[in-house]
This record gives sequence, C-alpha cells and structure tokens, in this order.
Amino acid sequence: MAPPGNRRPGYSRRAHNNIFFAYVAAGVGALVGGALLFGSMSSTGNFASLRNMASDVTQPAAKLSAQGRSAAGGAWGVAAGYFTSGPENARLKKEVALGRVQAVELAAVKQENERLKAMLGLTSDTPRPITFGWLVASTSANARRYATISVGSLQGVKSGMPVRTHLGLIGRVLEVGLHSARVLMITDPESVVPVRRASDSIPAFATGKGDGTVQLRLLTLGINPLKVGDAFVTSGSGGLYWPGTPIAVVSSLTRDGAIARVLGDPAVSEMVAVLPTWAPGDDPTLPPPADPVKAKADADAAAKAAAKAAKQKAAE
Amino acid sequence: MPANRLSRRISRAPSPLIAYAAPWATVVLASCMPEWPLIAMAPIMPPLGFMTLLAWRQLRPGLLPVWAGALLGLVDDLFSGAPFGAAMALWSVTMIVMDVIEARFPWRNFLTDWLVAGVFIIAYLALGWVIAGRSGGMIAPALIVPQGLVALVAYPMVGRTVGLIDRWRLMRFRVLS
Repeated sequence: MAPPGNRRPGYSRRAHNNIFFAYVAAGVGALVGGALLFGSMSSTGNFASLRNMASDVTQPAAKLSAQGRSAAGGAWGVAAGYFTSGPENARLKKEVALGRVQAVELAAVKQENERLKAMLGLTSDTPRPITFGWLVASTSANARRYATISVGSLQGVKSGMPVRTHLGLIGRVLEVGLHSARVLMITDPESVVPVRRASDSIPAFATGKGDGTVQLRLLTLGINPLKVGDAFVTSGSGGLYWPGTPIAVVSSLTRDGAIARVLGDPAVSEMVAVLPTWAPGDDPTLPPPADPVKAKADADAAAKAAAKAAKQKAAE
Repeated sequence: MPANRLSRRISRAPSPLIAYAAPWATVVLASCMPEWPLIAMAPIMPPLGFMTLLAWRQLRPGLLPVWAGALLGLVDDLFSGAPFGAAMALWSVTMIVMDVIEARFPWRNFLTDWLVAGVFIIAYLALGWVIAGRSGGMIAPALIVPQGLVALVAYPMVGRTVGLIDRWRLMRFRVLS
C-alpha cells in the first residue's frame, strides 16, 4: 500500500506551513516530555496532583470494573465448586469436627491471654482500620508496581498509611486524591519493609523485585539460617508498618538472604483495609522515652551530690 | 451494525466529530483501561495505549497529526506508573520516526508493518525498563521479556480492532437541512 499524497502539498504556502509547524510542535513535545521526565526522575512525587486528579476522574469506572472482577471470580468459583463438591463436602465435615474442638481450646487460650494481658497492663495492639476500599487499578503494563485504591482523603486516608488485605500487607499509600489513592506495593523495587521471621524474630529487610516476590536481606551476616517455607511478618521497626502483619513466605534461598513470595496477593482479594500509620512512640507497651532536659538535671544533681559527698569525706 | 449505516446514502453523512475524535479517544481508553481488569504483581499487560497509537498511525497515516504523540503520551503518563514525561517524550519521538520511516519506505505490507511496530514496541519497553530502573530500583531484565512477547503477538489483533473502529468511525448519521 502506498502512503497518501499529503506529503507533497504542491504550491500552497499554507499547506507547507502546516506541515512544518506540525513537525515543530512534535519536536517541542518531545523536548518538553524529556524535560518533564528529567524533572520527575529525581523525585517521583512530582506531578502527583495531576495523577490524583486523573485517578479521581476514572475512579467510578475502575471501581465498577473491580466489582465486576470480584463477582466474575466468585461466579467461577461457584461453577468450579460443582465438580469438586462431593469429596470437598466429606473433607469439610471432617475439618468442622476438628475445628469445633480447636475452637473451644482457642476460646480458653484467648481468655487466658486476656487475663495475662490484664495482669501486665497491656492493651491490644491491633490497629483499627481507617477505612476499607477496593483495589481498582494497577500499573500492569509498567515495570514499577503501583496500585490505585478507591478511597482517598475524603475517607481520611493520608500519605504513608499501610494498606493490607486479610491475607497480608500490600503496600503503603503514596499519593492521595479526593476519593482515590495511589499505593506503592511491597513488590516495587523502591519499597523497603523491615521484617522479621515469625518463628524467631530474625530481622531482615524486604525489598521488592517487581515480579510478585520480595528479596529478603538479613541484617546479621554469617551463615544463612533461612529455610524454604519460613514465614516473615513486619517488624515495625522505624515505624510506618504495624508489627506482626504477615508479608511473605520464603520460596528460594540466596547467598545473603532469600527470595520470598508475597502473601497478600492482590489478584486474590480486591478489598483492602487502610491502617493508621504506626508510630512506635504511640505504643503504650513501650517505656516512655527519656526526657533530655530532665535527664540532664538529674545527672547534674547526681554529680553535685557526689561532689558534696567527696568534699565531706575530705573534710572528715 | 446494519450495513447501510456505512454505505453512501442520500441525507446521511459521517459525523466529523466522531471521525476525528475516534483515534484520540481509543488511544486514551487503551491507556487507562488495561489497568482495571487485574491487579498485577508483575508487568504482564502489553503497552496497549502505545500499540493503539502505532496501529492508528499505520492504518491511517495523517489522521493523527505528528504532534499527537505528545498529548496522548501526557495522558498515558497519568496512568502508566512511569515517571511523568516518559510516554510524552517516547511517543513524540515515535511519531516523528514513523514519519521518517514512511518517507523512506513508502511501500508497506502486513509483515513490514508488523516488523516496524515490533521494533518500536521492543524499543519502547526496553527504554521504559531503563527509566523505571533509574527512577526506582534495579529490576531484572527478564521481567519485561514475557510482556514483550505478548505485545508482539497481540499487535496484529490490536491492528484488527483499530480497523474495526475505523469502520465505525465513518458511520453515517442522518443530516438535517
């Protein structure tokens, strides 16, 4: 197929000018784009208001799509359930019988736990979610991992708040619109979460790899103690993420840590809870931090008393 | 759609608004809609906005002006997750280079179109990977390989869809007066 002849505009000065200025405009567009790219490479938070406006505008349609996705997934589960209902029914009956016994034991343990907590004067450290929302979109065509949730500043969401599903941590809020917010997922290469092994609290950092897994780097050097199948939870050190949120399970070992599969797979559950930011200072179970002024006064008083005692001793 | 909505008839004419707005609207929709159907843990969707732009450019050269890449890229930047300005720059350069290629090699067929588009898609994904790595952290190069393969295979289908929309674009409506 030959191209159309609009490349040869004849003798019309106006047509020549139109073609020339279209090229000039395209070149200017490329240059402006390059300049914007250069500006936003240094800090990705630039132009956040524009992005938030765009996600606010598309939020209703995206939310509808998320609800449809959730319903479709449920329908598929119902249809697939017909084929496996017989053996599953028998298995579930067995599980329920076991579960009833365990529920009674659990109730007893819970009561004992409450009693012990009351004795120690501890309060519950489970945060109350700020709000619940839908995961409505994700940057599925880009190497960076951001998701959009259907709640924003109108629902009380603020930048930095951790976001989780019922299975585990998803990420933290990065930019907030009116009724949508952008979440940096824990699988993004920029995200670093302080974690610990659930069984024995070995500390590590979980950095995203961009492909649904995280790289665990141990803080302590030496022989790698991790094993495939180890579960990791957030440690809460440094604040931001609440301690004890499940995050990932080790799937393969590396020299200085492990690769772990993320537990809160957002493809499985569309509903997320936005939690308040955790600040370690707010935790009533921790001792109060030392007051610098009072500490200095105490130290001065102690030094004075010691000097006085020494003088008295010398006088005797 | 009944066939007579497309054929030439008395007192029926294509709507200029739809005829000119269709490519812009489809590229914008292709930029923002693929993010909705699944919450992906890895980049798996092909860059549909960019592929739609290429398909329109190859199907109807001149319908989208050569500066359209800047505006459409700006919209794509709002949704894509890349640093702001990435698509604006890359799409502008794409439109200019497509013009140059068309001037050099005027005779085209399905395979050469696919080849040219494939080169553009691979280059776009590779540069997007470099930009993402510079703005965030190191990303394994193997991560974008499946996405590139899906994009290459899906491109003729995107072209077909754009062709279908191009038929609807010239649908005839009743003209008064």
